[in-house]
Amino acid sequence: MSEQQENPIRDAVTSAIAENEVILFMKGTPDTPACGFSARTVGILQSLGVPFAAVNVLPDPRIREELSAVSQWPTIPQLFVGGELIGGCDIVTEMFETGELAEVLGVDSPQEAPVTPAVAGGGTMQIENRVS
Amino acid sequence: MPDAADIKARIEAAIPGARAEVEDWTGGGDHFRATVSAPAFAGLSRIQQHRLVYGVFGGEIGGPIHALSLTTISE
Repeated sequence: MSEQQENPIRDAVTSAIAENEVILFMKGTPDTPACGFSARTVGILQSLGVPFAAVNVLPDPRIREELSAVSQWPTIPQLFVGGELIGGCDIVTEMFETGELAEVLGVDSPQEAPVTPAVAGGGTMQIENRVS
Repeated sequence: MPDAADIKARIEAAIPGARAEVEDWTGGGDHFRATVSAPAFAGLSRIQQHRLVYGVFGGEIGGPIHALSLTTISE
């Protein structure tokens, strides 16, 4: 195995980060999040009204492995804006509360508290809005 | 399986001057919540502060430690 071997999953991860201004790697989908941390992060982004791409890491464990190798960040969700890692649920929540997240995203802070979508118990996992 | 006291001890041992408060969020020994303050965080971004703490546990995060929710405070 040479180090030059092709790594299509890593390439897809880095391209998705580069090509989407706001992209969330999460467990499940925005409509059916599969983890409370992903659900809360989706709720915050939706309350800010910014369009975002979402990649479900659950269908293939290699997505998560390659993502963490690229981002040097061990947990899911991971939010990227303009190609830069903003953070996971804790940092996104903290930045939302201080208004920094709205600033980074170039929007106004919402008047109403975010609504966290219900966590789905299972079901089909799909990648949504993913740039292929 | 790690417990909250182990996690606290490991963070405080690994990061000089760190003080950590750790709770087992769900009681199941795999979802923890920690507030860590340390002089070592000074001048670091939030991302870098969290990476420093995650780095204490390496591959255990996402493995045996399913989640470690963090609040970091620079001193």
